[in-house]
Amino acid sequence: MAVAAASSAGVTGERIAYNEDVVRLFTVATIFWGVVGFLVGTFIAFQLAYPWLNLPYEWGTFGRLRPVHTSAVIFAFGGNALLATSLYVVQRTCRAPLFGGPALAYFLFWGYQIFIVLAATGYVMGITQSREYAEPEWYVDLWLTIVWVVYFIVFFGTILRRREPHIYVANWFYLAFIITIAILHIFNNLAVPVSWFGTKSYSLFAGVQDALLQWWYGHNAVGFFLTAGFLGMMYYFVPKQAQRPVYSYRLSIVHFWALIFLYIWAGPHHLHWTALPVWAQILGMTFSVMLWMPSWGGMINGLMTLSGAWDKLRWDPVLRFLVVSVAFYGMSTFEGPLMSVRQVNALSHYTDWTVGHVHSGALGWVAFVSFGALYYLVPRLWKAERLYSIRLVEWHFWIASLGIVLYITSMWVSGIMQGLMWRTYDSLGFLQFSFVETVEAMHPFYVIRALGGVLFTAGALIMVYNLWRTMRREVRAEELLPSQAGALRVAAAG
Amino acid sequence: MAGKVERDEITGVETTGHEWDGIRELNNPLPKWWVFVFYATIAFSVLWWILYPAWPSLSGYTRGILGYDQRTELAEIMARVEAERRPWLERIRGEDLAAIVADTDLLTFATRGGEVVFKDNCAPCHGLGGAGQLNYPTLADDDWLWGGTLEDIYTTVAHGIRFHEDEETRDSTMPAFGADGILEPAQVDDVVQYVLSLSGRATDEAAARRGGEIFQEQCAACHGEDGRGMREVGAPDLADDIWLYGGEPEQIRAQIWKPRHGVMPAWAGRLPEESLKMVAIYVHQLGGGE
Repeated sequence: MAVAAASSAGVTGERIAYNEDVVRLFTVATIFWGVVGFLVGTFIAFQLAYPWLNLPYEWGTFGRLRPVHTSAVIFAFGGNALLATSLYVVQRTCRAPLFGGPALAYFLFWGYQIFIVLAATGYVMGITQSREYAEPEWYVDLWLTIVWVVYFIVFFGTILRRREPHIYVANWFYLAFIITIAILHIFNNLAVPVSWFGTKSYSLFAGVQDALLQWWYGHNAVGFFLTAGFLGMMYYFVPKQAQRPVYSYRLSIVHFWALIFLYIWAGPHHLHWTALPVWAQILGMTFSVMLWMPSWGGMINGLMTLSGAWDKLRWDPVLRFLVVSVAFYGMSTFEGPLMSVRQVNALSHYTDWTVGHVHSGALGWVAFVSFGALYYLVPRLWKAERLYSIRLVEWHFWIASLGIVLYITSMWVSGIMQGLMWRTYDSLGFLQFSFVETVEAMHPFYVIRALGGVLFTAGALIMVYNLWRTMRREVRAEELLPSQAGALRVAAAG
Repeated sequence: MAGKVERDEITGVETTGHEWDGIRELNNPLPKWWVFVFYATIAFSVLWWILYPAWPSLSGYTRGILGYDQRTELAEIMARVEAERRPWLERIRGEDLAAIVADTDLLTFATRGGEVVFKDNCAPCHGLGGAGQLNYPTLADDDWLWGGTLEDIYTTVAHGIRFHEDEETRDSTMPAFGADGILEPAQVDDVVQYVLSLSGRATDEAAARRGGEIFQEQCAACHGEDGRGMREVGAPDLADDIWLYGGEPEQIRAQIWKPRHGVMPAWAGRLPEESLKMVAIYVHQLGGGE
């Protein structure tokens, strides 16, 4: 495949003016917000290990900075990665330029960045709805709704004007992500502002209904933002980088519809052993258990797409990022149903185990598949011969992988220890440990976790340097394996 | 580009004939183990729906054949735990401290129960094991401000210190000798040297002598002529080199100039009687009980 702005129509010879400018903007935003999110995450990890790092101003405390981290990595880094790749993929797999032309596309880009800045500045000033992953107040929510509708129009319009008879599987997943996030966002943010010019609002719902709605949203932000959206990414970049056909069309259909149907029911497992009626807990748990195989369908299709190309993992670190991301995806989507079982949840809930679980998905799956996509996209979007350095991709891969291992193993140990300490009784029927003793026992693991964050961020900074040199179309003089030298050239990789 | 079904050269599997931007799809069937496990999870779910409450209806929800309910389960567990503890706690409530300590089994239970009360309520200020920290007294040594017998400790726990919502609270106020102009600044400096000399740390013998005279006039009424303190008024021993608000010269000076008056809440009314007794017994055995 050539990398010119018009491409792909080898058969008919026609040339299509793809909009790559906006994809380039979203790509740069992905890299920028990724580094911001990783840095803030590492800092607040150190705050947990060393509380004196809570700055003597309220905006420098863990409570204010934690939503900055989560929103920066999920919505700013992850969101821009999804926007960049979805707009790239939909054009090429539909052989149609973006619907709405450059004006809508630019509005989408700047509108989304304004949303991020409005949200983050609110957090540090203490403006928050206090709903996890939905912290922005009503005025930011309204703005995001407008931006998101534009996103839907651009994406769906492009699909409607496609010049392919069928819609590629990646676009099903992207579309499910866009539509469901819109619905979740609107219903979870139904709130009454206190005044027209104030930032404060109150939820339309109260008590356990409010909690259930919040976790219906919260879990499906995981399901449709961090799973369905990124599966769309996986379904394009894995077969492209491996240069192999997708393993099973049938599996992609079955696991897509099973995933979409089952995920939306699973939210109540976030409220086990609470005031939520027990029937809702059991229902949420069983749907989470049934979600195991539909989730793994994506892993099977991702991994088995490599059949006949496994040897490439030895020398193609970009493909390795993509494949390891799918492996982490499989691991966290096994762990999730396991933790949704009420008896397991009784041990795991409110502990660091949950934090470790989220990060095996966030660092291992979401970030790694995004890194793979970025390494694929940047040389093509900036029309470079190949990545500036393959060796630096190797370094990034190993440093980041080590960081993830430190992070998730320390949180598993810490979380299970914490859960066991909370429930240990002595022979006289008294709790063996007090809360403050569990905090003391977790300290070494908090230090290990923070070091994991340092490694992960260091890897990302190596990527920034590599991609920046690639954007300048520079090629590092380095010895490559014979198979790498040819195959990793963009033109050859197609 | 639909239509043309091809065979993949490497695996020999047919494609679906579609192609998007160079990506094709193989026509592999669903993996059998995948289908089997998927059905197994569905079977598990159906079984759970039969056994437990699961599906809502207009008027309620399906109850499940096990009759499970988490509130009933919690009530049963709590009732069992309370039934085990009740005889012990009733004895502790009914008997006086000396009798509790004299009974080995009761003492063991009370000490362990007091430890739990202490860790949840007292440790944030007094530290785990009563280790103390600056401004919060150490409870594991034998240096007591208000007395170290079981009864003394119980009274302090129950009524607090300078906690004026409780009429029986322990109370005392040291005058602000500097801030209120009772002593000249130079005199305060002299008293600091005298207080330091009590633990052998004075750096200016002449000042310490002058300070000693002021001390006998102004301070000895509460802290004693020898500076060994007076528990009746919570006046600390100044000669043992153990300091509540710090033992550096400037910290001692600050305390004479405008004293801090630490407050401890009264726990009577917040904690049940048996918890007050148990925590007093726990603190008493930390190392310095009298």
